[in-house]
Amino acid sequence: MDPTRRNVIAAAGVAVAPSLSVAGEPAHDHGHDHDHSDVPSDPALRVKALESLLVEKGLVDPAALDVLVDRFEHRVGPRDGARVVARAWADPAFKQRLLSDTPTALVEMGYNADQGEHMMVVENTPQVHNLVVCTLCSCYPWAILGLPPVWYKSAPYRSRAIIDPRGVLKEFGTDVSPDIEVRVWDSTAEVRYIVLPERPIGAENLNESELAALVTRNSMIGVGKALAPGATA
Amino acid sequence: MTCGTITLNTPDLAALKLPTDDNGPIFAEPWEAQAFAMAVKLHEAGHFAWTEWASALAEELKGAADRGEPDDGTHYYHHWLAALERLVMEKSLAGQAELAERKAAWVDAYLHTPHGQPVELSSGPT
Repeated sequence: MDPTRRNVIAAAGVAVAPSLSVAGEPAHDHGHDHDHSDVPSDPALRVKALESLLVEKGLVDPAALDVLVDRFEHRVGPRDGARVVARAWADPAFKQRLLSDTPTALVEMGYNADQGEHMMVVENTPQVHNLVVCTLCSCYPWAILGLPPVWYKSAPYRSRAIIDPRGVLKEFGTDVSPDIEVRVWDSTAEVRYIVLPERPIGAENLNESELAALVTRNSMIGVGKALAPGATA
Repeated sequence: MTCGTITLNTPDLAALKLPTDDNGPIFAEPWEAQAFAMAVKLHEAGHFAWTEWASALAEELKGAADRGEPDDGTHYYHHWLAALERLVMEKSLAGQAELAERKAAWVDAYLHTPHGQPVELSSGPT
């Protein structure tokens, strides 16, 4: 770069990236975020390159990207799933529709079916506890649960959920008695599973929004149970 | 093709601790959110099927595991981005040279923009 220009910037008190990092060494170390210089990390630059090119070619709409990012960053996801579960607890006929045809039931609740056509709800009962994983990648019903938590994407969860589901449940502090069958569902790009947790005891007189407050994200993945009434979320 | 097979490549699974969920931000950095959104929007626009996406991502994850990289979920979006770049190239939505050139242009733009001003790509050659 033009040395004069650089000096001007430096004189203005601006942190200029050392030329070594400009050469494109991937900046994978996450420990240095706060004292980053002006040039973003390697992945951030690659994303910028992709985005600006795709937008320029008319392949993606930047406004639509922003809407999606905003929606997911604010975690509306899990609350949508919680409302679905609450409706199923409150309305047995809806529950039947949800279990037999999940996509249609979601549309009935007003959820845009992007990705929804691939969802299937599995019900916890006094005899069966369901647990969801994606062993190979991390397929997840994010259209209504938001984005998966970090542990869901981790190799230990992806492998151990299949070979030692009870051990995994125990680590999450979830007690499932030995006489209850644990079913593990391996999500794929075609089918992503959502657990319908058991309605907690003592929740009989709650309305749907009170019920929804008892439904945690983990209970819909199956690593947890719904909260008891009175417990704080 | 689905993500159905499981590879047991470690005999010492119990020693691996599950990262606990701290309910922290789902995206550690803004680029992760942008990369996420681009894959979803390209799929919605019909540029690739979600099954193609899942298998591209699975291959990236497997590649990382084969290279012995730690797979605790924290580098997930690095793999996501690599899968996205690969599919974008495979589907001829953008070429490798084009992407590299554009990335260099961004670096240049950052270095030539005084602090405090929005960084923009100049339209002509610099």
